[in-house]
Amino acid sequence: MDEKLKKTETRLMKGNEALAEAAIRAGMDAYFGYPITPQSEILEYFEAEIPKRKGVVLQAESEVAAINMIYGAAGAGARVMTTSSSPGISLMQEGLSYIAAAQLPCLVVNVVRGGPGLGTIQPSQGDYFQAVKGGGHGDYHLIVLAPSSVQEMADFVFLGFRLAEKYRMPAMILSDGALGQMMEKVELPEEGSLPHTIPDWATMGKPASRERNIITSLHMQSEKMEEINLELQENYKKLRSEVRFEEFQTSDADVMLIAFGLSARVCQKAVELAREKGIKVGLLRPITLYPFPSVRIKELAAQVDFFLDVEMNAGQMVEDVALAVNGIKPVHFKGRMGGMIPSPEDVLEEIESIIEKQSVGVF
Amino acid sequence: MESELLIEDLECVYKKPSTITDTPLHYCPGCGHSIVHKLIMEVVEEMGIQETTIGVAPVGCSVFAYNYMDVDMQEAAHGRASAVATGIKRVRPDKFVYSYQGDGDLAAIGTAETIHTVNRGENILMFFINNAIYGMTGGQMAPTTLSGQVTSTSPYGRDVKQIGYPLKITEMIAMLPGAYYVTRQSINNVNSCRKLKKAIRIGFENQKLNKGTSFIEVVSNCPSGWKQTPIETMTWIEENMFPMYPLGDIKVSK
Amino acid sequence: MIIGLEVCKGCELCISACPQESLGLSTHINLNGYKYAELIKDNCTGCINCAIICPESAITVYRQPKPVRKATSAEVTG
Repeated sequence: MDEKLKKTETRLMKGNEALAEAAIRAGMDAYFGYPITPQSEILEYFEAEIPKRKGVVLQAESEVAAINMIYGAAGAGARVMTTSSSPGISLMQEGLSYIAAAQLPCLVVNVVRGGPGLGTIQPSQGDYFQAVKGGGHGDYHLIVLAPSSVQEMADFVFLGFRLAEKYRMPAMILSDGALGQMMEKVELPEEGSLPHTIPDWATMGKPASRERNIITSLHMQSEKMEEINLELQENYKKLRSEVRFEEFQTSDADVMLIAFGLSARVCQKAVELAREKGIKVGLLRPITLYPFPSVRIKELAAQVDFFLDVEMNAGQMVEDVALAVNGIKPVHFKGRMGGMIPSPEDVLEEIESIIEKQSVGVF
Repeated sequence: MESELLIEDLECVYKKPSTITDTPLHYCPGCGHSIVHKLIMEVVEEMGIQETTIGVAPVGCSVFAYNYMDVDMQEAAHGRASAVATGIKRVRPDKFVYSYQGDGDLAAIGTAETIHTVNRGENILMFFINNAIYGMTGGQMAPTTLSGQVTSTSPYGRDVKQIGYPLKITEMIAMLPGAYYVTRQSINNVNSCRKLKKAIRIGFENQKLNKGTSFIEVVSNCPSGWKQTPIETMTWIEENMFPMYPLGDIKVSK
Repeated sequence: MIIGLEVCKGCELCISACPQESLGLSTHINLNGYKYAELIKDNCTGCINCAIICPESAITVYRQPKPVRKATSAEVTG
């Protein structure tokens, strides 16, 4: 499904920096961003590196300004990216709605921290709803990719740009504070291996040979606005073919763990611990949160006794899991909030408790 | 002996610029927006830069500016036109980029973007159409509404003790080193229009120099919001707006 | 000068701008329901004031070109 990325160099890097380096190698034309913990290193990396390499970097006066600069540059046909963390991403929601409505490609990275409100700088997965259900006003979606390693922080930049440009919509990498800060070995993709051509709808200055290009999302007549909406929905249908997920020991599993990002790493360990105790647990890790692997989850429902959805929030992705399972089997939930990370032992304990108490699922 | 005058024998000394579309303008009769659009597009035509110009439209009465100005344009979110223009200019530095905003867009919701765009000295041309009212949404008070001026959200007249004084944002941003050319013009009569057109020309020419932001405030009218005839609005501008917002160059850098 | 009658919105700015008082507001209305501006005197000098201020760009102005001096044989030789 994915073209194999040609890797040219291996380094030990922090998640945030691997992402930034990958963006430069992916031929990003411009980055507009604003500092916020835990992702300010990304802006800092670009400010140091881009003058030596190529592209534009600008520290905007706010996330609001940054997302609107992204809109302008994307509308002018450039490959652009911005990054922020939860409260900053909230500020960007209006801009994202406009970008989605105007069908502009761009890449947005949310290095999620605990919330709501000003919250904490510790990792969280509390922005799933915001990312996956639209986040801003109106009927729209973003492509949402959930990395669970520093390697994926780098690889998903290439994937994000490619999908955003193919489907003319914004793509989001939904990361978290821990992934951003942890250091792992990463094989970096080759610089220049993702070529980019300026699309013909971009505002580049109107030559005599064509009508003027207008980038807008304002359509006052309802008939026209509905047409635009139907176009967007059609596009999202086509996007379903891009669903991606990873399975770990699922073929004979009686208990299915569902988790993304950091939680998935924890669950992978939990699977190993459970199997040592003779419980056949498997893990389905969604990679694209939108489009969601509903079809595969529904298939797995036939085989398992129950699902356990593990997230670092109060229960968000579990709703989409339940929708997919559609009542066929119980769906349980284990969550930690506020920056707390569940341990593999916590997850195992939860599995054992469910089995022992024969508890009813939350859904 | 009187010969008949035929059009073919006459010299056409003025016609609608080719850079304004044929779409009928939706603006109220006598609205300054229509006049400013025309003057900007005249300059674009005369300079021959239609193919290399990109404009940014605001939210307000002129949200549909892209229906009338025949250049590539982008529609910005309310207040954000200068940020959008920054994004465009940073990735397309060889194009002429301008933003066009009303008083709410530039001096209320967009104040941060306005100040920082000029502070960075973005090499763009910013238009600020100041008519001391929010036209599109039905005539509410603007940051530039005059003391005592009646609007739909200041039905007893703007009370400066409660809500503050008219905001002279142009003077504020002129102080920034990033501001290269700052001027205040108007459309209250033909002479003002001629001076405005000259200022627009300077603004576009300045982009070739890459020395900072050019900023043109146009003291304009709102016949519907002010509840006056177009001719009355021009008198009102002269008697009420000019004392607060005097015309002239505020900053011309070397 | 020629005014595009159907485009005119009767704002009267041209009438006020004309130094010759050549323009007035018609008592008739156009298809949009506006009373349109029209020439009421035959003394237009082609100064283009009206055209500059017209918000609808409805006015086109023509002038008689200045007479061109025809060269006589005496002037042609260098």
